[in-house]
Amino acid sequence: MTASLAAPLKPLGAKTRINDFSIQVATVNGSGSQTANSVLLRAIFQMGVFVSGKNLFPSNIAGLPTWFTIRASAKGYVARKASNEMLILMNPETAKEDIAKADTGALVIYDEPLQLDKLRSDLSYIPVPFQKLVTASCPEPKLHKLVKNMIYVGVAARLLSVDMAEVKNAITKQLKGKAKAIEINQGAAVAGYDWAMENLPDQDHIKVVRDNKTQGLIIVDGNEACALGALFAGVTVVGWYPITPASSLVETFIDYAEEYRKDPKTGKSTVAIVQMEDELASAGVVLAAGWAGARSMTSTAGPGVSLMSEFIGLGYYVEAPGVFFNVARTGPSTGLPTRTQQSDVELCAKCSHGDTQHINLYPGTMEECFQFAYDAFDLAERFQTPIFVVTDLDLGMQNWSSKPFAYPASPYDRGKVLNQQQLTEAKDWGRYKDVDGDGICYRSLPGTAGGKGAYFTRGSGHNEYAQYSEKPEDYVAVVDRLRRKYETAKAHVPTPVFRNQGSAKGVLAFGSSDPAVIEAQDLLAETGLKTDYLRLRALPFTAEIDAFVKEKQVVYVVEQNRDGQMANLFRETYPEHATKFRSILHYNGHAIDAKCIVDQITAFEQK
Amino acid sequence: MPTATPSAPTNTLGFTKQDYVGSKSTLCAGCGHDAITAQIINAAFESNIEGYRVTKYSGIGCSSKTPAYFINQGWGFNSVHGRMPAIATGASLANRNLINIGVSGDGDSMSIGMGQFVHAVRRNIPMIYIIEDNGVYGLTKGQFSATADKGAFLKSGAVNELPPIDPCTLAIELGCGFVARCFSGNPKQLNAILKSAFAYQGTVVLDIISPCVTFNNHDASTRSYKHVKDHDFPLHDLGFIQYSEVEDVEIPAGGTEVVTFPDGSKVAIKAIHEDYDPTDRFGAMKAIHESMAKGEFLTGLLYINPTQPPLTEVLNLVDEPLASLGEAQLKPSPAVLEEIMRSLM
Repeated sequence: MTASLAAPLKPLGAKTRINDFSIQVATVNGSGSQTANSVLLRAIFQMGVFVSGKNLFPSNIAGLPTWFTIRASAKGYVARKASNEMLILMNPETAKEDIAKADTGALVIYDEPLQLDKLRSDLSYIPVPFQKLVTASCPEPKLHKLVKNMIYVGVAARLLSVDMAEVKNAITKQLKGKAKAIEINQGAAVAGYDWAMENLPDQDHIKVVRDNKTQGLIIVDGNEACALGALFAGVTVVGWYPITPASSLVETFIDYAEEYRKDPKTGKSTVAIVQMEDELASAGVVLAAGWAGARSMTSTAGPGVSLMSEFIGLGYYVEAPGVFFNVARTGPSTGLPTRTQQSDVELCAKCSHGDTQHINLYPGTMEECFQFAYDAFDLAERFQTPIFVVTDLDLGMQNWSSKPFAYPASPYDRGKVLNQQQLTEAKDWGRYKDVDGDGICYRSLPGTAGGKGAYFTRGSGHNEYAQYSEKPEDYVAVVDRLRRKYETAKAHVPTPVFRNQGSAKGVLAFGSSDPAVIEAQDLLAETGLKTDYLRLRALPFTAEIDAFVKEKQVVYVVEQNRDGQMANLFRETYPEHATKFRSILHYNGHAIDAKCIVDQITAFEQK
Repeated sequence: MPTATPSAPTNTLGFTKQDYVGSKSTLCAGCGHDAITAQIINAAFESNIEGYRVTKYSGIGCSSKTPAYFINQGWGFNSVHGRMPAIATGASLANRNLINIGVSGDGDSMSIGMGQFVHAVRRNIPMIYIIEDNGVYGLTKGQFSATADKGAFLKSGAVNELPPIDPCTLAIELGCGFVARCFSGNPKQLNAILKSAFAYQGTVVLDIISPCVTFNNHDASTRSYKHVKDHDFPLHDLGFIQYSEVEDVEIPAGGTEVVTFPDGSKVAIKAIHEDYDPTDRFGAMKAIHESMAKGEFLTGLLYINPTQPPLTEVLNLVDEPLASLGEAQLKPSPAVLEEIMRSLM
């Protein structure tokens, strides 16, 4: 035992933080730490405490630093917290830097040979002989590297007063059915716990106390939620290309399709899933399948959207449906592939050359990821156009607790499609005739028998009858109708969500910024600044947004990009209110936190 | 519905040839592409193709305009440059009952669209993929394409210094089970190959040498009518017999190879050029390379393997077109959602 271990852990002055703290775990990627971290998170969750996890990982398979942050919050705040009360340092490469950045008073669990305890005097050190413990607990040397991390789960559980039964349950859940792995990992966790019981004194800095906040909740990531939405929406054609952080959306869908999308009698598949040669080809598959009457989708990230933009413009102009999930990451170019950002706002709003406008859905919760994914297929077929569902790495790949998803009861909306009989009876049908005045025309599907309804789809100029035309009046009629169609969409897209405190000062945000904005709003209110918060959930802007913009003295637009892209869309849409919009920005690749919002709004207010 | 007039001959569906035409061509008078369009119309008529099942896809270029000129009863999709294969892939997956015809050019397929061409062939998309190959970009006024022969001249005097890409050997290399080269000036051969193509289930690659009368028909051109006619070496006489007629047609014994398609249709191949076996993949590659080195065009059925499963079968899709599936077949029950939610708790 080392000297520092022998010394009792000092109470740190402030009162014990019960169910209200952040733990940051620094490891090497590819070392099995993701499993250990998920187990710790789940064990706290099973203690009935609100908890969220953020994995900050490298664009690499094995050997580079990775950090995982677990935040417990009695108040239900789930945004990333900028400060951490406990550090678990397993990576020799980053340990010194992690110590240097640590918040005063933090508990530091570390691998004993790293000898970190002399670096700073304002931290509480807990060296753990991981190698000794893993050797004793696990008989197979080749598994030591993978199991070592489970030791710190046991040590942390002891220090935080997390019930070991919950840790064991979490391991069983995490390693679904792998009996041997469950046994070895539970053994390692118990070894860590028992060692800590024997060797570490109590600490009263941070604690988990059993609560009932998570009963009936699920833990899920946004990519899985979107995949489930697509499953229930009955997607039938998927063309995709692997890209971080969007791959797991389709991969999770593939797993579910294997189970739930086979014809029970024949075992044949009711969905075609093709990994294409690139994102451009994926987009072509999606739009052509939609054109031919299937419900189709792809999942990609910014670089993929850039490549797809040629086809997105075609889809807009020929009016072919398709659902495009963009799980945004940090750009431009390759950027930071494993970090989050909301920097494809303008790209998705106006993707492709020429005058284009697209319907974009911005889910901000796991339930919305599920429901909007479901709705996107209805919107694509109703409006006969590419629909973007824009999430980001933070929503898509991080663990979130959520209410279980409600069954989407609404029947599928297959849009304005004429069948054989309707085509036979139709008088003077034209593919691009605006019969109803809403900008949405009636289409026919290839392969419809009866000899009526065939037409020629073309990305070149066309008239109401889909005939080639270069006449100015024909061109203008089509693009003006497309604008009318976009106007019609305002009544069909999700309306914003409000969190009002009764103020003339507005805060506007979207997507993954929501938890940080809610927390910031409460923190600002504590300092006397009330705000009304509008969470935007779609483009085009709906009537509620018009009213909000007109009514507020000032609108703080919170977004995770450098250029204030959403604020730019607002200035363009509401030029008479352009001076009201003030950008609150966060764009370093980490998920946004409440403090940065509070600081920036406070700075504006003090001007 | 058939619009038969008393005088015009009809096929077994009751359609006349007029039921298979499209809009009037806007290509240059004498364009090889129009001769190809005429044979597509003939072959579809003679093969009793249901027009409403036909989908016609193209990219950008002179060739890509032609789907508007045949089978007006079918749906057309003129997409973007070089991306026709992705469109054909998506639509053919959405509705497996469609009869897919893609028309492309040497620029559209061998340059900008090379990636999509290669992967569509590799996946064995159920489609007839026609390359109307003239060695130049016609619609942008006569730049060289990637199939232009090394040393070829433009009218302006510019010389092509780079070697050509050959779509046929490339397609064979990629595993394509039906590869043919034709000359737009040989309608009889083209007709038999197109009819065979309609009977095939996967990707058919047809490289059709189709002279550009405006930009590449001059005396020094290796893609002029005269040059191609002089260097065209038809490999065989082809006789296509549709499954419905198989019992009525007698195939002469001796010197004729017969290939049978999954639907029972047959193509009788009577060698004329030399001892060429179109079912021998490596032999075909060798013969084509040797003839190209001599500046000849071997034409006919270069390679055939009628049993390769198309992507729709590889994916084990239900028999009903995916596009026809409704909510009852697609939307899992509330119990399924509950089961999934429990697994996430």
